[in-house]
Amino acid sequence: MWKSLHIDPAKCTGCLQCEMACSYEHTGVINPSVSRIKVFDFEHEGRKVPYTCTQCTEAWCLNACPVDAIRVDHSTGAKMVFEDTCVGCKVCTIACPFGTINYNQMSGKVQKCDLCEGDPACAKACPTGAITYVDADWTGLDKMRSWAAKANTATTAA
Amino acid sequence: MGWNRKLLRVNLSAGTCTEEALNMQWAQDYLGSRGLATKYLVSEIDPKVDPLSPDNKMIMATGPLTGTMASTGGRYTVITKGPLTGAIACSNSGGFFGAEMKFAGWDMIIFEGKSPKPVYLYVENDKAELRDAADLWGKSCWETEEQIKARHQDPLIRVSSIGRAGENQVLFACIVNDLHRAAGRSGVGAVMGSKNLKAVAIRGTKGVAGIKDFGAFMQATNDAKKVLADNAVTGQGLPKYGTQVLMNVINEMGALPTRNHRDVQFEDAGKISAEAMHEKRESDGKRHLVTNAACFGCTIACGRISEIDKGHFTVKNSPKYWGASGGLEYEAAWALGAANGVGDLEALQYANLICNEQGMDPISFGATVGAAMELYDLGVLSKEQIGLEAPFGSAEALAKLVEMTAGGEGFGKELALGSKRLCAKYGRPELSMSVKGQEFPAYDSRGIQGMGLAYATSNRGACHLRGYTVASEVLGIPVKTDPLTTDGKPELVKAFQDATAVFDSAGICVFTSFAWTLADVQPQLAAACEGDWSMEKLNEVGERIWNMERQFNNAAGFTAKDDNLPPRLTTEPAKSGPAKGLVNGLDKMLPKYYEVRGWTPDGVPTPETLARLGL
Repeated sequence: MWKSLHIDPAKCTGCLQCEMACSYEHTGVINPSVSRIKVFDFEHEGRKVPYTCTQCTEAWCLNACPVDAIRVDHSTGAKMVFEDTCVGCKVCTIACPFGTINYNQMSGKVQKCDLCEGDPACAKACPTGAITYVDADWTGLDKMRSWAAKANTATTAA
Repeated sequence: MGWNRKLLRVNLSAGTCTEEALNMQWAQDYLGSRGLATKYLVSEIDPKVDPLSPDNKMIMATGPLTGTMASTGGRYTVITKGPLTGAIACSNSGGFFGAEMKFAGWDMIIFEGKSPKPVYLYVENDKAELRDAADLWGKSCWETEEQIKARHQDPLIRVSSIGRAGENQVLFACIVNDLHRAAGRSGVGAVMGSKNLKAVAIRGTKGVAGIKDFGAFMQATNDAKKVLADNAVTGQGLPKYGTQVLMNVINEMGALPTRNHRDVQFEDAGKISAEAMHEKRESDGKRHLVTNAACFGCTIACGRISEIDKGHFTVKNSPKYWGASGGLEYEAAWALGAANGVGDLEALQYANLICNEQGMDPISFGATVGAAMELYDLGVLSKEQIGLEAPFGSAEALAKLVEMTAGGEGFGKELALGSKRLCAKYGRPELSMSVKGQEFPAYDSRGIQGMGLAYATSNRGACHLRGYTVASEVLGIPVKTDPLTTDGKPELVKAFQDATAVFDSAGICVFTSFAWTLADVQPQLAAACEGDWSMEKLNEVGERIWNMERQFNNAAGFTAKDDNLPPRLTTEPAKSGPAKGLVNGLDKMLPKYYEVRGWTPDGVPTPETLARLGL
């Protein structure tokens, strides 16, 4: 069963623990500048929004890659960049509609969220539950529950 | 490691930027940030230097935990000789700028000399250069940050800058980073302005690699984060209500200084409290508070982001203030509100926005307005002299005076000197509610006795962040003490002062100490930094830092006579509340404090004390 990163921006405080955790997981260095998840601060609205790859099924990046360096990890559903194949042409960064795959100057390759082999560091580091890792088929479950709670129904008869 | 082992020296007179190795022996003795930068400052400047002269230096410094996953590990400190006090100035800020300095590969930046023309420092990892800031001079902190990001086509740059207050050398000008976080007190922004340094812009992509033992560090930081999450203050109170949670609490204790400390309770405290920020306004049906917000790495998130009432008289013709922005925090709400008797929340937020926009300490500004209002009330200052009617409680006067002070207009130029110089000029020096020239923060020491000693002995003038005995006397952290007695307070003040010096020097936020003791910080430092970082060592480092700061002040000309409080607090009893009839018992505490510090009865560290601390 695959899981998905589920982001609730209303719970985000903008502390960047997710960016630090992501960079440390992938590079061994605490370095938000190479994080694959980014928190955007819309300061004049008081909103903070974490954003990362949604792991599209028909992934634009995967289909655009001319050397087949992006493949599916069937254990997690993550679209993985294989660095030994990637030539750093950046076509995938143009193809992705969401901007969530990006070039890295240090490696000369592209990088994107790989779901940390099914145990995402960002979700573990988030102190407020703004980033969670949930059943990929039920990312709407919390929202459904909150609407269900509002349904004006009688209690179940005895 | 923890440190980058590298500092940047910027000579503004010569226009040079030079890399230097960090003195690692000093790092072992003074840890980082506040402690280490103060060691550099006191080693490099004459204590009697004019703070606004080119011979003064200014240091921006990170600590070993800055830029790491340690909760609140995003702090940096500005160290210089302060123009408001003439004492050591040490102002600490959160936001994201400090971490960026660390990610660019630097532990600290030392600014010396004075640039012949306005400049800003641009740092991109190892590359550092001074750039022309002629077109930024005259701009606010907000405009400066926006324009620097646009100029470099890089929205990820972090900026720390001065606004018009710093340019005009308002003696309580601050340095603002990330729009609404500030190295707030003691006039560090005026020093920056005196050097023609408009801003520091940093982009760092190197990250923090030098953690001694990453495995142990992650374990220690996770354990410590859990302590914060499980604590009622840091896990619930501060995220929900911010520091403003204190407004009603301190008022009920009879320790909310009101109308320049004439009163200790404010009848409108409820209107300017955290609870009021959560309620829907009558005027537009909206809540003042929009959300809470965190600084870099902070798992508490006490920051307040609010939206002012668009129809309020202060902003109805100024749409630029209509968006969400920082504030109100407790200290600002108190200084702009209770200290002046102003109970209009929206007016306080407007004054707070101008302080953030133009880089001015709202505590000293608000308290100085309080002094001016008392002078007006007594007939010492007239409407003609001030340029407007300024009775206690006037939101209109507050809103106008904040603009005049930041902009250096009219009577604002006199307010810009702070309450000590203002009251002295008009022949009523006793009405300045300050210690060593710096205005009190939001706790009346008649209702919280230990704070009187903490204020009187604070190395940067009156301040709540050197030894916050409020934690013990009000909140029972780590143990409850009676706020109305002086018993045990000398020992308590010393313990808080020394421990706080370690928190500051580590690069973390002192608000963690609502839940953490040094025993929670120690494992994080020990895992990050090479060397011995035992509890014993940390206590010694804290005490060493405190004594070093004291030695600088003594050499600058301060004596035991300056460890005092205004006569109002020691002779005029509190009029209401639990402390009714009490004055502060500083005379009962100070001799004992000197004794527990190992100082002479004249407040000078004894040779034995200095030898014990390696000073």
